[in-house]
Amino acid sequence: MTTKTPNSSNSDAALAGGHEATTASRRDFLTMAAGGMCALGAGVALVPFVDSMNPAADTLAAASIEVDISKVQPGQGMTVSWRGKPVFIRRRTPEEIAEAEKASLADLKDPQADKDRVQKPEWLVLIGICTHLGCVPLGTKATETRGEYQGWFCPCHGSAYDTSGRIRQGPAPTNLEVPPYNFVSDTVIKIG
Amino acid sequence: MSAPNAPQKPGLIGWLDYRLPIFGFMNKELRQYPTPKNLSYAWNFGSLAGIILLIMILSGLFLAMNYTPSTDKAFDSVERIMRDVNFGWLLRYIHANGASAFFVVVYLHMARGLYYGSYKSPRELLWIIGVAILLLMMATAFMGYVLPWGQMSYWGATVITNLFSAIPVVGDDIVTWLWGGFSVDNPTLNRFFVLHYLLPFVILGVAFLHMIALHTHGSNNPTGLDAKKEDKIPFHPYYTIKDLFGLGVFLVLFALFVFYVPNYLGHPDNYTPANPLVTPAHIVPEWYFLPFYAILRAVPDKLGGVMLMFGSIALLAALPWLDRHPVRSGRYRPLFKKFFWLFVVNALALGWAGGKPAEGHYLLIGRLCTAYYFIHMLVVLPLLSKFEKPSPLPTSIAAAS
Ligand code: HEM
Ligand code: FES
Repeated sequence: MTTKTPNSSNSDAALAGGHEATTASRRDFLTMAAGGMCALGAGVALVPFVDSMNPAADTLAAASIEVDISKVQPGQGMTVSWRGKPVFIRRRTPEEIAEAEKASLADLKDPQADKDRVQKPEWLVLIGICTHLGCVPLGTKATETRGEYQGWFCPCHGSAYDTSGRIRQGPAPTNLEVPPYNFVSDTVIKIG
Repeated sequence: MSAPNAPQKPGLIGWLDYRLPIFGFMNKELRQYPTPKNLSYAWNFGSLAGIILLIMILSGLFLAMNYTPSTDKAFDSVERIMRDVNFGWLLRYIHANGASAFFVVVYLHMARGLYYGSYKSPRELLWIIGVAILLLMMATAFMGYVLPWGQMSYWGATVITNLFSAIPVVGDDIVTWLWGGFSVDNPTLNRFFVLHYLLPFVILGVAFLHMIALHTHGSNNPTGLDAKKEDKIPFHPYYTIKDLFGLGVFLVLFALFVFYVPNYLGHPDNYTPANPLVTPAHIVPEWYFLPFYAILRAVPDKLGGVMLMFGSIALLAALPWLDRHPVRSGRYRPLFKKFFWLFVVNALALGWAGGKPAEGHYLLIGRLCTAYYFIHMLVVLPLLSKFEKPSPLPTSIAAAS
């Protein structure tokens, strides 16, 4: 935006004559600068409104839970609710553990070794939410179908997970998530 | 609208109109409004959709007086509406079946536009505003269905909001933001109620824009020819009476649903309270979303499915530029006519496949129909625009009849 004319006056003559373009471009600059600041201000003013829709402090503070797992027999599982989500706790049989460990990483859509998904091989702890669109997969109860890979099967769009909760078939992109947890004792785990 | 400095007319209406020309406006747009004389019953669905919108707002208003948007009370408050509130059952059945009726009528309205090329110049914006209304209706109906907080409400909300998690990088943050938490929960229900209350009024506003755009160039007609002055008649009484007759027929059919099979289009699972730990064995959306749901499931890839689904609606908005054939009406396009009906059958088949489990033959049919949807829009229509020879056009509407 170079100013070619020394005459920066705003008189009618300047507007009407050959200086029109110059004057207009200075005006344009002011208009654009003011408009830009208005847009910026409006954008900043939106932040509190938009952010008020994010999880509130009490939702974020949702406490951790302790779960007694002493009654779960090998081959069984249980479902508990943590942060409004189901958490699967399965006590795996030696065959299931072997199955999970022998799967070759090259066959996996979301490659991860079984040992990186458990703290004690016998206990598999997972967030029970299908990574496709959020349904709760079947398979924690022994009476439910577990799908082709003997882990879990999501009835919504047919995702199948293995005995390590890894995605093996269907539209889900990633493995079932492992929540933060630790063993308080041999029979109690703390989730969260 | 009478000119600002026209003399004041006698009487109360004259006095009012001199100050606020609302009666003059209604007189011009609803009585005198020149309308092609050859409109068929396919032109009834626009005004019908407007009336249904008013029915939805009215019934919704009275439902809201007894509804409680909180996760531990919502289901019970709807049951209370059904059992204890005077005529509550009627209000709810009108509202629930009204949503279905709204979509039936709007889909027919759109099919009319598709067949007669009503989206072509100079009505492109009119058509695009219509697609915007469709999107707003979808959002409204989706959030309304969450309110009774049954199993289908909960899991429908979960699956649909999770669609946004397919967006790379920020997807999960967007979903958390939509929920106001880490799953569909009380904050979600609250905001859905607020938005469900608000959006119908937004639709009302956008429908006004739709009307302004319509009245700027007037209605298209079955011949697709530009209507000349002598081909037009005043809206009242010719079309007011025709629209009212159509409304009567509609109300009879609507009453059959409301009074005899009020739950026919619903899902029994939604009479079970929401349970975040158990997904029902077979979750399906409301029937009016099924074609889009089938497209979503056609690809075994999360992001791909979501993009295809939104793409299918975006293509509707792009229609004026996909079909550039100079002849508007399908009546004079022998080939287009055949493909139009194929498109309709294909859309119905998509809806059918969307309601079935995503496996085996159902999935295959869903995929084929999805493919045809996109081929129709992106290949068939542009090719027809180039190569189709129209049958001879009449010189005017009068000459056509
Ligand atoms: C575009 C117009 C509208 C559509 C398409 C629509 C759609 C729906 C749907 C599909 C439901 C679920 C019905 C059921 O299964 O029970 C619903 C529920 C509800 N709607 Fe609307 N609605 C509209 C306008 C409104 C308005 C304007 C209000 C408030 C002023 C409202 C208030 C409610 C309430 C309180 C419920 C929960 C009670 C119930 O489930 O029956 N709706 N709506
Ligand atoms: S939500 Fe599990 S497969 Fe879609």
